This record gives sequence, structure tokens and C-alpha cells, in this order.
Amino acid sequence: MLAKRIIPCLDVRDGRVVKGVRFANLRDAGDPVELAQRYDAAGADEVVFYDISASAEGRRTTLDVVTATAERAFIPLTVGGGVSDPDWVRTLLRAGADKVSINTAAVADPTLIERAADRFGSQCIVLSMDVRRAGPGRWEVLTHGGRRPTGRDAIAWAAEGERRGAGEVVVNSIDADGGRQGYDVTLLRAVADSVGVPVVASGGAGGSEDMYAALTEGGADAALAASIFHSGEVSVADVKRYLSGRGVLMRVV
Amino acid sequence: MIAVIDYDAGNLHSAAKGLAAVGGEPVVTSDPAVIAGADAVVLPGVGAFCDCVGKIRERGLDAPIRAYIASGRPFLGICVGLQVLFDRGLEGAGAPGLGVLPGEVVRIEAPGLKIPHMGWNSLRLARPSRLFAGIPDGAYVYFVHSYHAVSADVVATCDYGQPITAAVARGNCFGVQFHPEKSSAVGLRILRNFVELAAA
Repeated sequence: MLAKRIIPCLDVRDGRVVKGVRFANLRDAGDPVELAQRYDAAGADEVVFYDISASAEGRRTTLDVVTATAERAFIPLTVGGGVSDPDWVRTLLRAGADKVSINTAAVADPTLIERAADRFGSQCIVLSMDVRRAGPGRWEVLTHGGRRPTGRDAIAWAAEGERRGAGEVVVNSIDADGGRQGYDVTLLRAVADSVGVPVVASGGAGGSEDMYAALTEGGADAALAASIFHSGEVSVADVKRYLSGRGVLMRVV
Repeated sequence: MIAVIDYDAGNLHSAAKGLAAVGGEPVVTSDPAVIAGADAVVLPGVGAFCDCVGKIRERGLDAPIRAYIASGRPFLGICVGLQVLFDRGLEGAGAPGLGVLPGEVVRIEAPGLKIPHMGWNSLRLARPSRLFAGIPDGAYVYFVHSYHAVSADVVATCDYGQPITAAVARGNCFGVQFHPEKSSAVGLRILRNFVELAAA
């Protein structure tokens, strides 16, 4: 049967990893290619690059990183951040990305999802959404890195994204993000119950127990995390051994 | 030299990079003469059956692929590159395949499970194959697909509500439904086995 997935996420700006990455024995902690390779060796099931470059020049540098990563890391690579037209999706896929995630631009123009999915297949189009609690059992979608409220209901948006052709939905809880108090499990369950495509939990991972909750109670198919992996305090291998020990199906290397 | 067939199907560079990482000498090409002279040929694939088989025919690559496989030299189809080897694919309106292997490519029936079958699943090695030398039963590989081949030449399956065809082999003609170029160390070992066949 399919294993649940553990996915480290790297913020990349102008070709360099930003946010504190503190690995031992790394020549250069800011090199995304080297980190992707390291996560591959540690048993990560995928790697996500989130491109936060502000300029076109930074974009091109990120593209070089995607190309170089595909030469040295042999697990699926998802690239997101500022993706707003199908031609850029094509460019990223041709450079070596396996999936491309769309966020703000899809909210602005939801047809972007079907235009991209029709051309490249649903399997490579990921709808990523930043979500904030709006009341009991209600969540709102935000855009522009979680700064701009949209009035859209998150559960309805996830279902619409699937209808339009997204092959996977990443649910990033703004309330939980960076807090390390655990994923928003209620939110995950609500999304998982309303879509038929895989759901990726994001935002709030503080440790293996949080991932266990997201993948069981939350019904998520994959758990994404950034800081707990980059800081080196928890390794992908440790997380997978822990989850496997608690009966979650994992690819343990 | 390993010819990686370019028919604008995407992901061919990933396949080429995987082969290069294990000591192969891939050349990405759509030139029938290069294919005819190769020590081994890889047909990558992502996307829909009809679309891929259509692109192969448009470029006049169907006859060169069939002729190459008939020569008995090592051939590896990946994902849709496996599927197009069969008589027929039932995706969309349905389309004839290259007819190199007998069988059809049908939609996965897995009630209650998500389609596409996407992610890491474990191999059940049904029959010995040189492609899987050194690969333990239960090893995980990465899949992304909604259709699979019904074939008498299955050498590995995985379980997804039903046994899913993961690999086929007939002589030196191999096909894998999963993506070895995205399956980490296990996938690279499989590619290395193929590269070694090509060098033998």
C-alpha cells in the first residue's frame, strides 16, 4: 500500500536557502541543491522549494537550482512561489520539477488551475493554500504569503481546486505556522473529508507526535515541515522510525 | 551509449540524469539513426497514453522503436513509456499502442482509494528479473499514474486495492510503471542494473 510521505520544505531566495538552516557537516548550509541531496539520503519522500525571489534575476537563479537538483537528488521535487502562468509551469517542469504549486495566482484567477492541469496533467499541479481560522469549523483563505484575506472559505476552495484539476492540496495553517504547537488537525480533517486528492499538512510541526496526529486524526497523506528539519533537532529518519513504530506506513530507509 | 527518446513528453531530462548518475552515457534524441545504433534505449513518459503514442507516431518514431526492440538489445520503458508498448490503451477515447507486448492498459479499479495512484509503494517481486538484481522484495519506489497494464509478462506488482502492474519484462525488453529516476537509492540501483545490461 501507499506509504504516507514526509516532506522537508526549503525557502529559496535568489538561489540560496533562507531561514536558519543549521546542519552539522555541511559545507554550505545555504545551498539548496546540497540540502535536497542530504534530505534524499535521509529518507525524505519529496522536497519542496518555495521560491521567494522578488526579481526576475532571482527567478532565473532558482531555475538553475531546480536543474542542478534534478541532477543530484533522485526524489520528487515540487516548486512553488509566485507561479502565475502556465508557461512558467512548463519552464519549471522542463528544468526538472515534478510538481508545481500554485497559491495566490489561483485565487486571483481560478482558471489558472485548469489551464495548467489540462496542459500538463493533474498529477503535477498542486493547489497550495494559506488558511486562517475564521470561527468554529470555519477557515478563510489568505494570499500574498498569508497577508491578504480573501473572504474565501478554505474547505470550499479546496474542493473547487480539485474540481478544476489540482492533483494535490497543501493546507498551510497561518495560525499554526512557525508556532511548533502542532498542525491544525481539525482543519486537515475537514479538508481531507471534502476532497478526493492527496492532502499535505503544513504549518505548525513541532515534532514527530504532531506529524502522527496530522497523518492519522487529520487524515493527511503527507506532512510537510521546514524549521524542525533545518534546525537539525529532528531528522527525517527519526520521524519516520517513530511513525513506523506507531503503525503509520512509511518508507523507512 | 544509451538513447533516451525525446518526443516532447517531459521528464526525459530526469531520466537521463538518473542514467548518468549511475555511470550510463545517455543521449537525448529523436533521431532514428541514433536509436538504431544505441547500446540501449530508454523511453520515458509522463502524461496521457493517447497523447504520448500520438507524439511518437507524429515524429515517425514508432517503427524505429519496434525495430530496435526486435533487435534484442536492452530497452526500458518508464511509466507511459511502458504503457505504449502494449496493444491498446483505454485512457480517454482509447488508442492503439505500439503492439510490442500483448495486453491492454486499463484504469486502476481501487474503490475507496485515491486516483491517481501517487506516492511511494512497495514492490512485490513476482518473478526473477535482471532489472531487480539486488533489490529486496518490499522495496519502495515512486508511482504517479491512473492506468496500468494487464499483461502476461509481469515481473513485479504493488498493492493498491488490487495488484498493480509495476514492471514487465520479455527478453531484454523491460518496462517499469514507477519512476526509477525519482525513487532514490532503490531507483538508482534499478537504473544501474539496466546500464550494466547495456554494457554487457
